[in-house]
Amino acid sequence: MQAAASMSVRFRPVAGLVLAVGCVAVLAVISLLIGVADMPLGDLLSGDGSAQAIQLLLVSRIPRTLALVLSGMSMGVAALIMQMLFRNRFVEPTTTGMVEAASLGLLVVALLAPGLPIFYKMVVASGFALAATFMFLRLVSKIPAGSSLIVPLLGLMFGGVINAVTTFFAYRYDLLQSLATWINGDFSGVLRGRYELLWVAGGLAVLSYLAADRFTVAGLGQSFTRNLGLNYGRILAFGLVIVSMVSASAVVTAGTVPFLGLIVANVVSLTVGDNLRRALPWVALSGAGFLLACDIVGRVLRFPYEIPVGTVAGVFGSGIFLYLLLRRRARFG
Amino acid sequence: MIEIQNLTKRYDDATVVDDVSLALPESGITAIVGPNGAGKSTLLSMVARLIPSTSGRVLVDGLDVQETPGAVLAKRLAILKQNNQVGMRLTVSELVAFGRFPHSGGRPTVEDERHIDEAISYLGLDDLRNRFLDELSGGQRQRAFVAMVLAQDTKYVLLDEPLNSLDMKHAAAMMKLLRRTADDLGRSITVVIHDINFASIYADHVVAMRDGRVMLQGGAGDLMQEAVLQDIYDTVVQVREVEGHRLGLHYL
Repeated sequence: MQAAASMSVRFRPVAGLVLAVGCVAVLAVISLLIGVADMPLGDLLSGDGSAQAIQLLLVSRIPRTLALVLSGMSMGVAALIMQMLFRNRFVEPTTTGMVEAASLGLLVVALLAPGLPIFYKMVVASGFALAATFMFLRLVSKIPAGSSLIVPLLGLMFGGVINAVTTFFAYRYDLLQSLATWINGDFSGVLRGRYELLWVAGGLAVLSYLAADRFTVAGLGQSFTRNLGLNYGRILAFGLVIVSMVSASAVVTAGTVPFLGLIVANVVSLTVGDNLRRALPWVALSGAGFLLACDIVGRVLRFPYEIPVGTVAGVFGSGIFLYLLLRRRARFG
Repeated sequence: MIEIQNLTKRYDDATVVDDVSLALPESGITAIVGPNGAGKSTLLSMVARLIPSTSGRVLVDGLDVQETPGAVLAKRLAILKQNNQVGMRLTVSELVAFGRFPHSGGRPTVEDERHIDEAISYLGLDDLRNRFLDELSGGQRQRAFVAMVLAQDTKYVLLDEPLNSLDMKHAAAMMKLLRRTADDLGRSITVVIHDINFASIYADHVVAMRDGRVMLQGGAGDLMQEAVLQDIYDTVVQVREVEGHRLGLHYL
């Protein structure tokens, strides 16, 4: 790989990635061992009453851990791709109305075709997310280029408008409670049979690596992309389809964690850089590790009660983000 | 040769480039000069198929830029616009490596590596190759972008105001470097430039534009006449000869 020689000065890339995989694996094991119900390790290994322990592991613990890994991974990747396509450090699915649009899509399905299989619910939701994102892109292209903060502010407002519509109908049809679980990530309810769609999101995150170079080029701008003989529109469409499907599958299953992707993508950018071929694996691993860690903390702090993972992620994430911002005096835009 | 035939760019209410026909030669430096709003950058963008023209066409070695596949054209013609994204955290060598994308498709060969190393050395960026772009000064960053365009290894290189945001020292160094690139590597370099004196000293061919039209094309000597300059810029410019170069003084 061409970057290998140049990277060795900064850090050893492969060793670093292996270490990161190790960290995520350790966190995953810890996540498997924590829970309200007793699951003695000895039982699992010896066979005394192991049926119950294995049952617990298979139905609850492993699905929850996998859901965390897949969500964290795909949310980080989705945010980084979006930041390249919008050329803005502060966008991600929850700051551009994408998640709100996916929820609206899900609500429409819940009202009109409640019996639809969950996979099709996700497809409808991602269709809504994609449509909203293209609308938002047009909106952004119409405002004069100014501070990079205008874009996420506009996005939050855009999301607010969509959310208002959704809330109105959810209130009318007594679906407010479902709505809350779509947007706010909560992994306490994850059981076998209720998270598998996240494999789609995880698969898309891996697939996006094939286009890593193209996303980086798109991040350098439309003229830059055309100069290198690449089709900017096609890269944009491919990226946004991936991001909207990731968001939709999160909304349909465990919910999204606001700002998680934004934080992870920025931290990786500050340390590893924006060459997606190098940054994507780091974003995927940090996203998974960070979400696992936050969920573990949320489960342990008030044991046996749980603090929602979104709350924990918000507290830690903004702390880390502020620290890096102030320390590196990084330029954003 | 790049042939520009009756090229026009019209927006709703304004004609930015008006029926321009030109030929950009196969070698040497061509400077496009003219006052603000003359349509210089728009012309360059149309030649490099970054924006579509309203009418007319551009042929690069006989290939119509609007019909030729982008990947084919990217091996013949490279353009560097002004205002490049400086917020991207890429290292210098990563950026230059992207210049090889039309050739490598993202999988650089030994040949690509050689081009990358040469371009980096040529612009004197060896010590900075692992630095992120946002850690460089304006002049260094501009050199990194030029290195990327050179690594693209195209016969034609179009640069839109490459001296923008460079101080006196770096602007002169950049022009010397472009002169050397044109002479040593045999590239055809076209620059949009504001400073007529740089055009006078370094360019082989000059194209002067005003209000979307070509006012003059020829050698630097043809441009550096008081009457001609006054016509193009609508201001009094005195021309003096210094060490064999004709320089315009517009400060008085």
